[in-house]
Amino acid sequence: MGKDLIQKSLKDSLFTGIIALALFGPIVGLRTVAKNEVLVVEPKWFIVLLIVAFCAIGRFFINIYSYKKEQRRGEPSSLGKAISNFLDEKGAQIAIAAIAFSIIFPFMPFADRYWMDIAIMMMTYIMLGWGLNIVIGLAGLLDLGYVAFYAVGAYSYALFAIHFGWSFWICLPIAGLFAGMFGILLGFPVLRLRGDYLAIVTLAFGEMIRILLLNWYELTKGPDGLTGIPRPSFFGLPFKRYPDEGVETFHTFFGLEYDPMQRIIFLYYLILVLALITNAFTIKIRRLPVGRAWEALREDEIACKSLGVNPRNTKLTAFAIGAMFGGFAGSFFATRQAFISPESFTFIESAIIVAIVVLGGMGSQTGVVLSTIFLIGLIEVFRDFESYRMVAFGGAMVLIMIFRPRGILAKRKPTITMGKHG
Amino acid sequence: MLNISKVETFYGNIQALRGVDVKVNDGEIVALIGSNGAGKSTLLMTISGVNKAATGEILFDNKSIVNMPPHDIVNLGISQVPEGRRIFARLTVEDNLRLGASVNEKGKNFDQDSKDVYDLFPVLKDRLSQRGGTLSGGEQQMLAIGRAMMARPSMLLLDEPSLGIAPKLVNQIFSSIKNINKEKKVTVFLVEQNAKKALELADRGYVLVNGKISLEGQGKDLLNNPDVQAAYLEGGK
Repeated sequence: MGKDLIQKSLKDSLFTGIIALALFGPIVGLRTVAKNEVLVVEPKWFIVLLIVAFCAIGRFFINIYSYKKEQRRGEPSSLGKAISNFLDEKGAQIAIAAIAFSIIFPFMPFADRYWMDIAIMMMTYIMLGWGLNIVIGLAGLLDLGYVAFYAVGAYSYALFAIHFGWSFWICLPIAGLFAGMFGILLGFPVLRLRGDYLAIVTLAFGEMIRILLLNWYELTKGPDGLTGIPRPSFFGLPFKRYPDEGVETFHTFFGLEYDPMQRIIFLYYLILVLALITNAFTIKIRRLPVGRAWEALREDEIACKSLGVNPRNTKLTAFAIGAMFGGFAGSFFATRQAFISPESFTFIESAIIVAIVVLGGMGSQTGVVLSTIFLIGLIEVFRDFESYRMVAFGGAMVLIMIFRPRGILAKRKPTITMGKHG
Repeated sequence: MLNISKVETFYGNIQALRGVDVKVNDGEIVALIGSNGAGKSTLLMTISGVNKAATGEILFDNKSIVNMPPHDIVNLGISQVPEGRRIFARLTVEDNLRLGASVNEKGKNFDQDSKDVYDLFPVLKDRLSQRGGTLSGGEQQMLAIGRAMMARPSMLLLDEPSLGIAPKLVNQIFSSIKNINKEKKVTVFLVEQNAKKALELADRGYVLVNGKISLEGQGKDLLNNPDVQAAYLEGGK
């Protein structure tokens, strides 16, 4: 059996090598270089050879790995399973520890501006992931245009704050409301769609919003973007070194030295609270009829209908509430950046958020956190190797799909348990 | 109680029901038998509103339900146990039951209603926190019936409750159906391929052939009818 397997794997890796050669040969192997004002094709066969060898050998080991995994089937052994079980048992303590760590994080000695920025970015993605988890993980609606709601939230926050001068705490719910309304707007035409068709329409919706923002110059200033978005204040106390006459600032009120980090730390706590609200809301709503109806709809739409669950309302609430949290995150993004343009809301953002949800294990709240840390962290680590960032990102996704095909934290409760009566 | 007349239902261009007339009286158990593809499930789905009838009339307590959305029909008191059970595999047994209860305004008293379900199917009580997909076929069928009962229906539509279930459990499920009818006073309309079991249980029966009712009568009469015996009983179970 072993010999047979090796023979099969070798054959398989030979094919992989041929495919890799066909792909990378022209793309990597033939490079045009300007020489004496003429373009010459310069072959780079050594690199191609390396890539092809890597692919072929990698394929071989993946085959051996999956064979071994098959042999082990039924035995609880793999590392992932151990992690899952550990999280199941100690989940509550770990969550508390993680939240406690998030709270003291800004006061850690290493938490400088760079780390705080990364932490804020990760928190934003975690919040977006949790928001999208309502739509994808709970209701089972594959939404590839989630960034649209992020954009709607950001732009409605910015427009209200700039034109009416309303404070963050008034604009935030308005932005959420607007995003939620756009969620319903998207929901209506896709009520009858499922799976790949739904994915295509939502993807188009995301692009439509971006193109609308790009071209509605009178309102959005198109590609120039919106500038001068007011910064959030600490319940009316602005974070400014030199405030306007007679205005008390955060540092004077608390008798502190002015430090630009104060605003950063405030922003960090703001997104932390917003994200935790999203999480708490999701956990709570799962136990309420509407949340249960979302999950039921994900499982079986016909059964839902025959039980009298109204699929229209159920889907629309999922879209609306998921979109609302996207809108909250968008307002936070706008106030943090003080500048937004359609550039920030491209499809790749949607793709990253979907990747975070799917790779985390659909429906798993902790999985979203882990995959955000993994994926966004990886992008950061590779920041210095500019052109390899996306390669690393793609590679990470492939690896997760090979080793944890249902996501990092796919729920794998035992499928058969012994009843009390044997 | 339920009065179906001249109902025609289509799937695209394919006509599944060709003018069906069925009557179910208050308190009865009525069985609909027929071969694969005769349109039995389509008729149930049309009653529950999941499929729409192109023409014809369906009256429930003298009220037309033919154009109502499914959730309004459940609220009127018709619950359906769909073919193949269709329980929510990744949700717990308790969540499955709660989903049955969450819909109907009458079914808001979970503790009371779930107790009635555990009386019918004690095994469910031990499995409350287990995922639906981990139950055996028979237990899943019990859960599907229990889930439908959570909406406090006055009429229960059952689609092939014996499908893919061990014979011993089939007997148990059929006696539960009888129980539901006699003690909970729920009218039952039952679709079955297992014609013998269904006709033994039912007060009256209908035979559906190619989208049309070809025979109707008392359950026992149909059981002894030579045509029925030849087509659905002999060689069958």
